[in-house]
Amino acid sequence: MSDVLIEAKDLAVHFPIGGTLFGEKPVVRACEGINVQIEKGSFFGLVGESGSGKTTLGRAMLKAAPISRGEVTFTDGEVSYDLSHLKGPELKDYRKRTQLIFQDPYAALSPRMTVRDIIAEPLEVMGLTSSREETDERVRKIAAQCRLNLEHLRRFPHAFSGGQRQRISIARALVSDPKFIVADESVAALDVSIQADVLNLLNSIQRENGITFLFISHDLSVIAHTCDHVAVMYLGQIVESAPTAKLFSETSHPYTRALLSAIPSLDPDDKGKAQKLEGEIPSPINPPPGCRFNTRCPFAEERCRTEIPEWREISPDHQVACHFAEKLA
Amino acid sequence: MTSPLISVKDLTLRFKTDEGLVTAVNNVSFDIAPGEILGLVGESGSGKSVTAKSLMMLNAENSVYDENSKITLNVDDQEVDVLGLKSARDQKIIRGGAISMIFQEPMASFAPALTIGNQMVEQLMIHSEMTANEAKEISIEMLTRVGIPEPSQRFGQYAFEFSGGMRQRAMIAMALSTKPRLLIADEPTTALDVTIQAQVIDLMRDLVEEFHMSILFITHDLGVIAQTADRVAVMYLGNLVETGTVRQVIKSPAHPYTRGLLNSLPKLDDLEAELTPVPGDIPSPLDRPPGCVFHTRCVESGNIAETCRSVIPEYSMDDANHQVACHLATQGGQA
Repeated sequence: MSDVLIEAKDLAVHFPIGGTLFGEKPVVRACEGINVQIEKGSFFGLVGESGSGKTTLGRAMLKAAPISRGEVTFTDGEVSYDLSHLKGPELKDYRKRTQLIFQDPYAALSPRMTVRDIIAEPLEVMGLTSSREETDERVRKIAAQCRLNLEHLRRFPHAFSGGQRQRISIARALVSDPKFIVADESVAALDVSIQADVLNLLNSIQRENGITFLFISHDLSVIAHTCDHVAVMYLGQIVESAPTAKLFSETSHPYTRALLSAIPSLDPDDKGKAQKLEGEIPSPINPPPGCRFNTRCPFAEERCRTEIPEWREISPDHQVACHFAEKLA
Repeated sequence: MTSPLISVKDLTLRFKTDEGLVTAVNNVSFDIAPGEILGLVGESGSGKSVTAKSLMMLNAENSVYDENSKITLNVDDQEVDVLGLKSARDQKIIRGGAISMIFQEPMASFAPALTIGNQMVEQLMIHSEMTANEAKEISIEMLTRVGIPEPSQRFGQYAFEFSGGMRQRAMIAMALSTKPRLLIADEPTTALDVTIQAQVIDLMRDLVEEFHMSILFITHDLGVIAQTADRVAVMYLGNLVETGTVRQVIKSPAHPYTRGLLNSLPKLDDLEAELTPVPGDIPSPLDRPPGCVFHTRCVESGNIAETCRSVIPEYSMDDANHQVACHLATQGGQA
């Protein structure tokens, strides 16, 4: 196994919500018992419905969400950090090593800054360059990689289309030369024709700059095309994790299956074959006992309602949390 | 052949802006037969929503319809000239009467300070002679029909108390309660999760059969179209570039833009395939390219590029059902 860049062990993220004066305050269990390893230089996909805790997990890995239990460790050869105890100068240093690309390129860019200033801001804030010339040079280099020309750098974000804006956000994330980037639904707001372009760009960046990506998306077909390893989340837990090809050929968790079959097929003759999932994702304040998926699972039995399935490896590099994974595979 | 439910002929729509007249829809013609689902596909900015809104005269005040534009609605053996309806009272038939619409963002389309029930009853009372009690009964029945649990409780709740999927169901229930002949669905599943999207698509297919209505289904997702539509119309920069049955358009696309859209979709059965984006961005409608509107992004024009740049392609008629506006398709096969 190659080097692990970032690893979460039994990670939990809880958000307290208003409760009564007495008694225990209710908490939203956004992430619970997460075990995941992201290898250096990989393109790691995280997929799930809205409300499954994908974004929270991504943020916890950037120490942008509170870690309530468990630990997250980051090791890149130069430093080794335990995120739950990170503060002060070390935290500042960690911020330089990580970046985030947001979902909505219309909201993520300040309308009052030129593209040059937007891309240069991380360099200035982090004090990574010593002169304006050096800053300009790095901005130009990164901009060229993201296919933005000099003319573009002088303009303001309003002059750009969605795809171009997303390329600006990517350039901003890349300019500080991070080791780890979380791309949170970075193509969800784009048209399919543009989406393919941005995905290709992210892939080429990962190859050329050797950056590790955590790619969060609700769309399995997008994940399938970009990532080399996929983790599927449901209601705050990872239910299945495997290399992409394996996840698709040896799908073991019923939720992964349901997600796969819910993708509308391009073949008009394929109508209605899909196995449909009933109902909606339950509330993370009061998750169902036993397997959290039991309320919607077509195969659920008595055992699923009482006993929490163990997170286990069913074949090399392929983990799943389901009592009946072998039967379904 | 039965007469179409709604027939759009040479629809051209411009917006008056400070920069001059912007052409949003250019010479668009299509028919929707009773009971048919027509899918309207295209990128953002291609004029899909504006076209749909024209059917209900919902476009903003600054819109100018070209005088040759004609939209005819055939209901109960009557022909209604939609663009000729001037007063709000006459427009009732196209606004919730014979035509209803559901929108992309279900949170934004319900009033936040009125209960869902209130809003359902209000529109029923506008469009029929019902009493408030009858309207309530029908509303609850519709909520049950679209699969909302505990409908009589839900009736008294507000939009924020519903989840995304449920809001969209309530929206559908509301749109269908007046028994429209045509439902316009503008990206109804785009804001939903795939699992919920699959449920909503199923529901809509069932309802079409049950109520025998037609749907104009707007989306940018060709997969959703393949699963729902009978016929497809592809729009680009205000123009219809290709129309045909869903099989024709998806299995043998004739326009380079349609092929581009299909090639840029990630496919699950071939994970190694390169994604090929349509190069460049959709041009500004203020600056419409001469000739074929798609020529600035077309990769297939090859040796007839000169023609594409200067001559507007005609609608080909190789097959009455499958039409395409492209020089390549008309001048001897594909590139």
